[in-house]
This record gives sequence, C-alpha cells and structure tokens, in this order.
Amino acid sequence: MNTLKERADLVAEEAKKLNKGVYNDADSSKIITARRELQAESCKLATLEDAIKKSGLKDGMTISFHHHFRGGDKVVNLVVDKLAEMGYKDLHLAASSLSDVHKPLIEHIRNGVITRISTSGLRGELANEISHGLMAEPVIFRSHGGRGSAIASGDLHIDVAFLGASSCDPLGNACGYSRSENAKSICGSLGYALPDARYADKVVIVTDDLVPYPNTPNSISEHDVDYVVEVESVGDSSKISSGAIRDSKNPRDILLAQQAAKVIINSGYFKDGFSIQTGTGGASLAAVKYIRNSMIEQGIKASFALGGITAHMVKLHEEGLIERLIDVQSFDKVAAMSLRDDMMHKEVAAYEYAAADEPGSAVHYLDIVILSALEADVNFNVNVLVGSDGIIRGAIGGHPDTAADSALSIIVCPLLRGRIPCVVDEVTTHITPGSTVDVIVTEYGIAVNPRRPELVERLRNAGLEVVDIHSLKDKALSIIGEPEPIPFGDKVVGVVMNRDGSVMDVIRNVND
Amino acid sequence: MNLKTAHAGTLESGDILVEITPGTAGSGLSINLDSTVASRFGKQIKQVIDETLTGLGVTDAVVDATDKGALDCTIRARVTAAAVRATGKDVWKD
Repeated sequence: MNTLKERADLVAEEAKKLNKGVYNDADSSKIITARRELQAESCKLATLEDAIKKSGLKDGMTISFHHHFRGGDKVVNLVVDKLAEMGYKDLHLAASSLSDVHKPLIEHIRNGVITRISTSGLRGELANEISHGLMAEPVIFRSHGGRGSAIASGDLHIDVAFLGASSCDPLGNACGYSRSENAKSICGSLGYALPDARYADKVVIVTDDLVPYPNTPNSISEHDVDYVVEVESVGDSSKISSGAIRDSKNPRDILLAQQAAKVIINSGYFKDGFSIQTGTGGASLAAVKYIRNSMIEQGIKASFALGGITAHMVKLHEEGLIERLIDVQSFDKVAAMSLRDDMMHKEVAAYEYAAADEPGSAVHYLDIVILSALEADVNFNVNVLVGSDGIIRGAIGGHPDTAADSALSIIVCPLLRGRIPCVVDEVTTHITPGSTVDVIVTEYGIAVNPRRPELVERLRNAGLEVVDIHSLKDKALSIIGEPEPIPFGDKVVGVVMNRDGSVMDVIRNVND
Repeated sequence: MNLKTAHAGTLESGDILVEITPGTAGSGLSINLDSTVASRFGKQIKQVIDETLTGLGVTDAVVDATDKGALDCTIRARVTAAAVRATGKDVWKD
C-alpha cells in the first residue's frame, strides 16, 4: 500500500463516504500566459449588455444602485436606458437615493420598464411626477440604516446590483477613487453600495477606470463581484459638491450656528473623547467652526466624526482635533481624497453606520448629531422628505437613525423659509419620531424636548433661553397667517418605513 | 385714475414681483398670481394685493404677481411701490 495506485480503492471508498469525486490529474492544466496579459481575459469583464444577460436578470426582478455621485450620477440612467433598450419590463429599482439627475426615469416608468421604486429620497421632476400619481405602486422610503438592515435581513432582496466605481480591476476589486493616472472620477466612500455588494445575488461593477489587478486597498472585494463593465464615465465628481470649504455668510445661518454650538458646548456631552455628526447645511457647517474654537480653548478632542464627511471635518481631523473619521458618504472632493489617503479616515457600510439592529453600528456610539429639517412639530416629530406643498422634495438619509441612537440630537432650522413655517402643529409626513429628537434650535429660540429636563437645566444654567415649542409655532403663524390645507388626494404614492422595518407613515398624491 | 404700466419687486426668494397694467374703466381688479406657495397661501396673497390696491384707490387694473414666498408686509410694500409708479401719486410724500 505504498503507492497511490495501491491505495486507490481506499481513496475511492473515503471519497464515496464524503460524497466527493476522486481527483483526476488528467483534468488539470496550467495556464502559462503572463499574468498581466491574462487579466485581460478575466471571465468577469463584459459589456453592459452581456453583463445584464449573463446576470440572469428577468422581468419583475430587483436592481439596485448607490448614490455616491449624487447630482453627478450617470450609472442609473445608463443602465436603465440599456435595460429599456433590451426590452425589460416591470423592474423594481432599489437605489440608496435618487435626485434631480434621474428625471429620465419618468419615461421608463411610463413605459413600464420600472414599476416599483425603493429609495431614501426623491427630488426634482421625478419626485414631482410621483407626487402627482405617476406610479401605480407607492415608492418605499427607507433611512440609510433602515436600508442596510432591510438588505441584510432579506426584506429588501436585490437580484442584480449595478455599482458605479471610480476604479476597478478585471476581477472586481473596486473603489470610490482611483490611484491610477487615468482616474476620471472620485466619489470617496462607497458605504451605501457595500450592503448591495455583499447581499445582491449578482453584482456588476460599472467603472470608468479599469486598472490592473490588484486594485488595493479595495472597498468592494472581488469575492462579491460577478461582472466588471468599463464605461466612458460613471459620474461627474464636481457635482458631489463644490469641493471647497465655504463658510456661510448668511447672518441667519451664523446665528443658528452660534446657538447650536452653545447648546453642544453646554449639553454635558462636550467632553474629551466625544463623537459628533453634522449635516452639510450652512448652519451645520458653521456650527463646526464655533465648536472648533471651544475645542481648542478647552483642550477637548473628539474620538470620531461620523456620517457624511465634509472638508470641514477633514480639516479638524488634520489639526488633530478629531482622532478618526468614519465615512459612509464623502460629501466633497476633499473628503473623498482624505478617505483615499488617510488610514484614520475609515469607510463604513450603511449597516455598520446606522442599522438599528447592528449592535456595533457607529450611530450607537454617537454622542451628538446636528440635523436639519423641512418641518418640526410641537411634539418634536421631524419631516425631511415632503415639502409644505405636499410634494416630495428630500431624502430621509440618516436622519431618523442618528436622532434615535445618538445621546443628543439637535435640529437646526430657521423658523420660516420665506413664507414656509418650519415649526408647525403636525408635520406633513412623519419621518423622525419626536421621542428621538432632543433640541430644536431656531433663530427665535431654543426648544427642548420635555423628555429631557436635565438638558433644559444645563442650557438654562449656561444662560441660554429655552422656550416652549408651542410659542415658536405661534410666532410663525402670527407672521405668515394660517395656511390652507395641502390639496392631498386619496392615492398613496409613498410609504415611509421606520428603521425597525415597521410602517411609519404614508404620503398621498397631490391634486393641483 | 390714470395708470401706466409699472412694476416693483424682484424674483428673489422671499420677495414678490408685481406688475400693474391699466384696465379699462369699470373692469375691476384682475390678479394673476404665480406663487411658490400658491396651494397654501394663494387666497391670502391675492387678498393682500386686492386690499392694498383698493386702499390706494386703484380700481381698474391687471396685476401680474410672481411670488417667491414673500410675507404680507413685503407684498404690501411691493404692491404699494408698483401702484405709486403706476399712478405717479407718491403715497408716502403726498
């Protein structure tokens, strides 16, 4: 029994027990092509049309996209145009968010190519048409954390994900930036695409910079990728944002920012090692400037800043005032480049950012969040999705996730935007529950949720004037007069999911 | 009252652009409003324009108003300024 031949019967016996075959050396062959050349023959490389065909996509299935290029995205329109051309019908489009640039979807909805949509937000003409009843099925709205949870749990099953990437090698290692000389685009973090990459049945990377293997450090792993499609352009990076730090000169923004900063500094949470997330609004960004001054004066450093990362946060990090950046979405080019170049600037997947059911999601360890609002009501509920005319014009984003899981959530909004009141009796659409909102800062005063009496005391002790939220609502009404009711119809055009997977509210159509 | 075509205001957010053109005698006030907040405040805005012009003695005119969410005080100011220009009668001086 000293040769393999003599052991053949035993090998066969054990193979049978393991329900496996017996190795056959005749089946093996060695590829001798030089490896750089071999990459070009990668079985994953395909044209968009071939990738779609090979993916097994069928009518009625779910396709997904990320929105990291924001207003500059080209992938959604490119892919859906192709699907329409190939004759697909009845598809469910599950994007992490949609914006003005996705107006061409209107025709694809009219033609039956897209019959269902799931998203965090809708804007522009597409939102307007949907609000007026364009679709038979209501749009399903989820927060970023809620979408991550829904994908991981299977509530939102994705058949084929089409994920734009600024670089990818022929095996599927992809990033939101490129280290090559041919880099055409940059979006930074691919945080909202990572759940799709991990859980979709098939993953197609669409890239405008096909780089040699290995494209490391990578964001999406080749292990999760089925096809790689090279295209002329995946997105216009200049439309992620202006790319430069802009300080608001609007005196109202500056006042709001100063008040918000005072709330933070005196909240009891402003101490060494604290963590913070801010939005991108003028007031939010300006608040960071005032907090920075206090951090330097008091020798306080933050352990991390979270969320959509901006150039402002990168600056504080580079100054040593914020130890780490956790980035689900880079809001400008400076942030995207920092993610590429700085080890302490970490990309995070949507569920690790904000899922309610993931114990380690970053929002659970977030002290302070500054958020904006279209409307807040006297019960502290907040609407960030539907305008005062009843038309969808925003996105849920991480609003309810960060409000719920942070130790201190602060809404900063002007009392009036033109004639539109921001503090009302009841919000048009319930997005973020009042039980999770702690402070509302307006230029006419600071209101604190009655659930947080200790905050009222701390702010009053610091000399801040805390007002009853009803007085803010009354003040707004006294200036603008009583508005007429929104002309809603009876058709449900949108369903708002809470981050725990329950239904939070519905949005009805608007009659003009 | 003799009117000539006149306007006041801008298309900035929070403002209103008001144009007054003469109407035939006895035609009354005709107000065409294009407003970003029409569904919630359209009636109120037209009422403020109507009351302001009536108060200034402008009775026969066509008003084209493009509103970008102006408050009532702004609407009154712009309508008054347009009326002063249309009538040549300075209500602040006279």
